[in-house]
Amino acid sequence: MLRPVIFGLACALALPAQLFFEETIPKTNPYTGAADVKRGQQLFLGQCGGCHGPQGEGGRGPSLQRPKLAKAPDDESLYKLIREGVPGTEMPGSWVLIAREVWQVAAFVRSLGRTAEETVSGDRARGADLYRTKGKCAQCHVIAGQGGGLGPELTEIGARRSARFLRAKLEQPEAQLPDGFVQVRVVAKDGRRLTGVRLNEDTFTVQMRDLNDRLHSFLKQDLKEFHKDWGRSPMPEYRTAFSATEMDDLVAYLASLRGGL
Amino acid sequence: MKLVIFLLAALSLNAQVPYDRIRGADTEPGNWLTYSGNYSSHRFTRLNQITAANVRRLKPAWVYQIKAREKVQTTPLVVDGIMYLTEPPSDVTALDTRTGRPLWSYRRPMPKGVRGCCAQINRGAAILDDMVFLGTFDAHLVALDIKTGLVRWDVTVADYNVGHSITVAPLAVKDKIVVGIAGGEYGVRGFLDAYDAKTGKRAWRFWTVPAAGEPGVETWAGDSYKTGAATTWVTGAYDPEQNLVFWGTGNPGPDWNGEARKGDNLYSDSLLALDADTGQLKWYFQFTPHDVHDWDSTEVPVLAEGVVHGQKRKLVLFANRNAFYYVLDRQSGKFLVGKQFAKQTWAKGLDDSGRPIRIPNTSPTVEGTKVYPSVPGATNWFSPSYSPMANLLYVATRDEGGIYYMGEAEYRPGSQFNAGGFRPIPGEEPTGAIRALKPNSGELAWEFKLHTPPWAGVMSTAGGLVFGGTNEGDFFALDATSGKLLWRFQTGGPITSNPMSYLSGSKQHVAIASGSAVFTFALEEQ
Amino acid sequence: MKSTLAAVLCSGLCLAQNGERLFQGNCALCHGPRGDGGKGTNLAQPRLPRAPDDEALFRVIRQGIPGTEMPGTRHFSDDDIREVISFVRSLGQTTPPKVEGDAAHGAELYRGKGNCAACHTMGGRGGAMGPDLTEIGVRRSPGHIRTSIVDPEAWVPDNFLNYRWYSLIPDNFVQVRLVARGGQRLTGVRINEDPFSIQIRDAGDRVHSFWKTELAELHKDWGKSPMPSYRGVLTPGEIDDLVAYLVTLRGGS
Repeated sequence: MLRPVIFGLACALALPAQLFFEETIPKTNPYTGAADVKRGQQLFLGQCGGCHGPQGEGGRGPSLQRPKLAKAPDDESLYKLIREGVPGTEMPGSWVLIAREVWQVAAFVRSLGRTAEETVSGDRARGADLYRTKGKCAQCHVIAGQGGGLGPELTEIGARRSARFLRAKLEQPEAQLPDGFVQVRVVAKDGRRLTGVRLNEDTFTVQMRDLNDRLHSFLKQDLKEFHKDWGRSPMPEYRTAFSATEMDDLVAYLASLRGGL
Repeated sequence: MKLVIFLLAALSLNAQVPYDRIRGADTEPGNWLTYSGNYSSHRFTRLNQITAANVRRLKPAWVYQIKAREKVQTTPLVVDGIMYLTEPPSDVTALDTRTGRPLWSYRRPMPKGVRGCCAQINRGAAILDDMVFLGTFDAHLVALDIKTGLVRWDVTVADYNVGHSITVAPLAVKDKIVVGIAGGEYGVRGFLDAYDAKTGKRAWRFWTVPAAGEPGVETWAGDSYKTGAATTWVTGAYDPEQNLVFWGTGNPGPDWNGEARKGDNLYSDSLLALDADTGQLKWYFQFTPHDVHDWDSTEVPVLAEGVVHGQKRKLVLFANRNAFYYVLDRQSGKFLVGKQFAKQTWAKGLDDSGRPIRIPNTSPTVEGTKVYPSVPGATNWFSPSYSPMANLLYVATRDEGGIYYMGEAEYRPGSQFNAGGFRPIPGEEPTGAIRALKPNSGELAWEFKLHTPPWAGVMSTAGGLVFGGTNEGDFFALDATSGKLLWRFQTGGPITSNPMSYLSGSKQHVAIASGSAVFTFALEEQ
Repeated sequence: MKSTLAAVLCSGLCLAQNGERLFQGNCALCHGPRGDGGKGTNLAQPRLPRAPDDEALFRVIRQGIPGTEMPGTRHFSDDDIREVISFVRSLGQTTPPKVEGDAAHGAELYRGKGNCAACHTMGGRGGAMGPDLTEIGVRRSPGHIRTSIVDPEAWVPDNFLNYRWYSLIPDNFVQVRLVARGGQRLTGVRINEDPFSIQIRDAGDRVHSFWKTELAELHKDWGKSPMPSYRGVLTPGEIDDLVAYLVTLRGGS
């Protein structure tokens, strides 16, 4: 999905590798004192908390309250990850920070790992069953290449989002929608009415996937009406559909989906 | 046979584009002799074969793809049937405009230590007499023989190891080549240079940040002038009658933390009027004193004439990154008119001298401050266009805000010296527009909305059209008086350059660089 | 395996000897048995412009130089190439042959009687019909340069079939004669060509571009050159002087 805002940023400051002419990255974090962690927390709040939660508990970004971070097993890799981001995901690089500040954020992130990891009760197997049957989730979501393409892919969702986030999503689908995700409703000049999710858009055309998972491409001049329902989602809420135990089971199943991570 | 050839060979062409030809560029619209079309930076073509009535028949003529994978931001030049374009990082290629086939190329290997804030691109060459001039990413100025692309001379302008680079298209003025420098994110000290075109010897240098003891240095607290930046990375304008070069300057360094550099920080974010022969400063106007938002005033200055405040004057029209449009008196540098042309939340307005009246709490903070416009600003390096026919100034505008962060200022030569940064505002999808402004007042005549904030400039034509490009690859033509869309073509790559137009044979063509290619268009034969 | 073992057991001298064998068999045809040039560049010098370090020289030997007659060597193993590199570098350590002649007088002849700048460029100036001479002293041996002056058609390529996939300017020289349908006749040097168009440069340094459909005749004069022979035009002593001058043209090196 195109993310024009980030694209615009990237255009303004496409970052060649030569951007950071610092000395070689030390293998271990040289800034781990209490003052560093505190400063790291201040920076984290401003620049990372928006996605990772103010205490790193997760949200749009994964929870960082873990002793082991799969993509950053050691200090050097954590430094690089904060500095360069994770290509192909919504995690941007942070060229805003100077080297010392990156280390301070890293020190704070590591301190989060020492807090308790969230516990997820619930039966995964029953959750998997609910996913297929009562939830009908595969109608709109893909796991390991199977399912419908209307909503986000869930193959690694347990690694990308915290269990708390997933539960909240099931109860209130329209909170915290992904970047660039927008429900669209069109009325074409030929009378066709469609609702779906936007795939791509430019000044003159729009491409969408309708609720039956079919792709459509329109010239804007061929549309009578074109509505972008920001903050809306075609996903139904499941709070009333599932019992409390069923919700636990489904969340446990989703939290277990980590792909290769 | 051989003898005949032998004798003929003795007569070879010499001066191809003398200064007077560039000065009279408007009289030969079939060629594009300088970056902005003419010295007044109008980027307006007097060719009128392509019109509002027939532009729907505009089709690609040929495409040229560059060797590198970097994006092309060049404005090609065309002289007598040959197109001269620059390719990233610092190459020049000559193409036959009939067929699009290469005739020669100059390829410059980049040393390992080059660095820049953004991308290793090049925005165009300059031509004077029988030479093509190129500013290089490793901060050299090179003169090539126009026939063969072989090097005549190659001089070092600055040291790339501390962050200098050249991406700007130089400007050929009389017998000199004027070239600016980039590196404003590296704590360099900015300057504008002029070199003798024949020998490459430097004729003058104007430092955009004064040194100790020079007037203006008192606007920099302590030693902060040493890393003042205020670079000069977009091609300016020239008035032959006044013999003045007009050039914009960039942000003061470090970008987002002004604590260590209290003061107005002259001559950052300014328009300079320099004597073309000596580089002496005749006047300046500063758009954003003590800038903490990185709003470089390195936009293209447009020279025009008009009646403002009851008097016919020579004017400079300037749509600034800070979201204000300015009209200045070209003779005195006096502020005449200022009007907001995009959303902005940092200033209540401009006072009678053109100085912004700042709104408190709009500076960057550690936690982040939301301000419009964003760091890339309401407009940027890409070209505006002035149509003397429609009497409108067309500006590609960005309607975008940002969250500005203040960080620590830590200078190390060769490393970025920004002290902070910015992020997009979450939950917002910013847009853009082509805005047509009435030049004497800044009043909006019309706007054409774009899906995302543009990185491409515009060109207007005597056929009554305005050409522009989008990030999503659309090259389009609007009616110059109404802004109505008349034609578009999907080029498949982001357009981050400026259009130009020329004759090939007797047929009008329009060219635009897009993605890693240069497209040319002409009317389909009926 | 065998050559690796050999490399392990070999000293530098040993490597160079193996390299010489490979060189004689594969490279000497163009570069000369002592590497001092012929159709190929003179390698008997301390600095090779296209191979400033061994990594670059490895690439040149392995891949060739696109657009020129220097082919790659797919049949060489990595060790083979390293041995050849060793030998080539040893060539650069010999003293270059002394060239008879007065280079200063040669420079005058270049500008005056020879009128060479009418067709050749040097330092970005001159006519563009013939090859650039800015670095000719590095690229060709004195013997090759002398031959080019008295017998210009000796070294003109016969065809590009062995090494060229498409026209890569400016190394591929061929004289072209054409007759346009309107009657215009032109002789010149080909700049570029494709199935549908051709661009040439005439003796007046003008560029012409034609669609092939506009041409009545198109002849590529392989092996021909518009350069006149200077035998008889210059005395043998003057030729010596001119050669001595051209040998000093080493570009920025």
